[in-house]
Amino acid sequence: MPISLHTPFETTDLLPLKSGDQVTISGIIYTARDTAHKKMTQLLEEGKELPLPIQGAVIYYAGPCPTPPGKIIGSVGPTTSGRMDSYTPAMIQAGLKGMIGKGKRSLEVQRACQEQKAVYFATIGGAAALMAGCVKSARVIAYPELGAEAIYELEVENLPAVVVDDCYGNDLYERQDQLSSPS
Amino acid sequence: MIKTIHCNEIIQAVADLCLQANLELPRDVQNAIEKAKNKEQCALAKEMLEQIQKNHSIAKEQSLPLCQDTGTAVVFLEIGQDVHIDGGLLYDAIQQGVAQGYQEHYLRKSIVSHPWLRTNTKNNTPAIIHSEIVAGDHLKITLAPKGGGAENMSSLKMLTPAAGVEGIKKFVIQTVKEAGPNPCPPIVVGVGIGGNFEKSALLAKKALLRPIGSRNPQEENARLEEELYQKINALGIGIQGFGGNTTALAVHVETYPCHIASMPVAVNINCHVARHKTVIL
Repeated sequence: MPISLHTPFETTDLLPLKSGDQVTISGIIYTARDTAHKKMTQLLEEGKELPLPIQGAVIYYAGPCPTPPGKIIGSVGPTTSGRMDSYTPAMIQAGLKGMIGKGKRSLEVQRACQEQKAVYFATIGGAAALMAGCVKSARVIAYPELGAEAIYELEVENLPAVVVDDCYGNDLYERQDQLSSPS
Repeated sequence: MIKTIHCNEIIQAVADLCLQANLELPRDVQNAIEKAKNKEQCALAKEMLEQIQKNHSIAKEQSLPLCQDTGTAVVFLEIGQDVHIDGGLLYDAIQQGVAQGYQEHYLRKSIVSHPWLRTNTKNNTPAIIHSEIVAGDHLKITLAPKGGGAENMSSLKMLTPAAGVEGIKKFVIQTVKEAGPNPCPPIVVGVGIGGNFEKSALLAKKALLRPIGSRNPQEENARLEEELYQKINALGIGIQGFGGNTTALAVHVETYPCHIASMPVAVNINCHVARHKTVIL
């Protein structure tokens, strides 16, 4: 059975999680991609307020398809998280507790997860219609001019994910590497 | 006999392809995923494959794109030399069809007008068009939406003849290994060898269109496909990088004659949402 998590996250929610655990995430999460990250880290540098409540927040690296009439949101699967690596330690420092995306993270991000007790989750790349079904409400809260790259506030229910980088410095992909590397 | 095809017919056909290609996978890709699921030993990977299949059903039922990254529209044209295009320019019609398709069908617009100035063109054009003049009086249009995540993990290297087939294998495997979980495995690997710099890349891209389960007709190439397939799947990257038996659904190799000094190798990686749809006018 997957572990059921509710946002915003407290450190105590994250301490029991181990890399490889399957979870479901419910509550409010925020989408942000490359450009939104660039803008937000700039705001942090200038000591200005972010467009989302960052304490305990979960960011979903995703840029949805346009919403068809009568639907809550268009398809909304994860994008490659590694593109956000250079911005992430500052976001974690500011209070970010969870990230959802796909693919490898840098050592700096893994270290920030360990030091500040944050967790990086992967969800299934390319399963975007399935993810859209987990979204119960959606609205753009910042940077509407960016289109798919705007920041959306999503209310999600049981979004399936897997713990990749836990609070203890473990990385699921690295573990797979070690298991399969020839002797 | 010259056959006349009106631009309006082309525009509509391309707009329809944009929707169809993004909503439903070709049967051979669906079968390959089913086969991978049935032989998967790793529980987590098996569950990911089940969710991928669930995604296929939801996309179809709800008319939602399989992946939010509805890609760069890559268009392959086979133009019969006995075809006359009426009512405008062929390439304009293709671009108009892509713009119409992506706008009408709520597909994501992922194209920016300049590589670093990055203003979205808002209709997913320009499409990337590859055309070939062939015998006959037909116009064959294939639209292959290509996501950015897998495309970013692709690679090209100008090997020299001394590297031999071992050098080719090493480069292909290294490219897949470095890509790891990023291109959304299970992947399809297109390998273009020979020609020159741009020819090898195009061969690799076209290799992605071949039906999964097909083998290159040339025995040497088929053998290389099989060996690369085995070696890539032995890497253990697995479904979404979570381990297991299947990293690649298929490896397709295409070759072309090349210069005495050269041996270019291009590796184009496609995600498990290996989309393409063809229409013949």
